[in-house]
Order: sequence, then C-alpha cells, then structure tokens
Amino acid sequence: MAEEIKAGCARPTGGPVGEKPKAKKETPQEPIIQEGKSMVTVGKKAPDFAAPAYHKGKFINVNLSDYLGKWVVLCFYPGDFTFV
Amino acid sequence: MSVDSVFVHKMWDDHELSKMVKGGIPFPMLSDGGGKVGSVFGVYLEDAGVEARGRFIIDPDGIIQGFEVLTPPVGRNVMESIRQIQAFQHVRKTKGAEATPSGWKPGKLTLKPGPDLVGKVWEVWKTKMAFDD
Repeated sequence: MAEEIKAGCARPTGGPVGEKPKAKKETPQEPIIQEGKSMVTVGKKAPDFAAPAYHKGKFINVNLSDYLGKWVVLCFYPGDFTFV
Repeated sequence: MSVDSVFVHKMWDDHELSKMVKGGIPFPMLSDGGGKVGSVFGVYLEDAGVEARGRFIIDPDGIIQGFEVLTPPVGRNVMESIRQIQAFQHVRKTKGAEATPSGWKPGKLTLKPGPDLVGKVWEVWKTKMAFDD
C-alpha cells in the first residue's frame, strides 16, 4: 500500500491528487475573495492527496485513498517541536 | 501532517516523541512542504507559513464526517475525537436509523428520529444526559 522512498537531498513533497485545482486566470479584475475558501465540507468526499511520510524508521509515500475502507483521523499541526 | 520535512519528523520522533510514547509514533507522520494539502483542507495559515491544528474524521467511504480547527496555542482533546468516531460508527452501523444526542457515549440512549418523536424528545432525553456522570 505505501511504497518506501529513498532519502535523497531533494526534499520530497506531495500534493493534491486527482482533479487539478483550476488554473488561476490572470484577469486582474477578478475579485480576490478566493483566499481562505476551503474546499472541504462535512458530508463530502475528502480531497485525495499524496504525501511523503516518516513511519516507524522508514520514509514512505502515503495516499489518503490508501485508507478507503478504514476510519481515518487526519491531523494538521503547526510544526514539529511546537509544544502542545 | 505539518509543513516540516520527513527528516525533521524523524528527529522529533527519535529525540522527543519516543520518550512519551513507547516505540515512537505508531502512525505515519506526513510532510506537507509548502502547505499544498493544508490549503486544500483550509487549514494552511499563509502569513505564518504553517498549518493550524485541524482534525478531520474521514469515514471508510472517504467522506468527511467532522472536523475541528484550532489556532496553534491550544491543544486538542483526543477523548472527544474518539467519542465522535464512536458516535459516527454507531450511526453508520444503524444505517442512519439512530442518532446520538448531545454528550452521547457508547451505552447511552440514542434517538430514532421519526414522526412519533417530534416534540417528544423532552420526554425521553434529559439535559443532564448531555454531561458525564
């Protein structure tokens, strides 16, 4: 399910999977209300993503969709070593 | 998940978390450099360049059943997250026939919404049931 990744000097990154976020048009007239607009709503599908991870001594790649069929708690936090 | 690299995750687990949790963190610690995933979930704080304390409960079909987002200085309540998962699991098991009132925990009274219960909740459910004994 989660493939192991080699640790190199390039910092591995992930991102949303599936539908690409709509390309921003360079129309300056467009109102800038897009900011802070969350794409998530209760009762709706969680957007799939791929992300590198550290898990029990290994670096792996994780897709949210790997966990279909299970209950998932997805937690974000400000940063490692941030006290609480 | 945070904006830290997997290398920093390893250092944090090796040098601090494994001293709090035997064997270290049992689940994957995800890295979201640049906050791309956090932005999609609405928890990336652009000015600070970090992610808020967002917690999403996602069911086996990939549906978001609940979320909570806190600013950085306040920690979450793990027991409340577990309580909510138990409640969502119960509702799922009953295929939505039962609903869990405020403060519900496994073993407490559930309600079966329907025409007969309209205006009658007060007869079967008391406000003290919202609180722990």
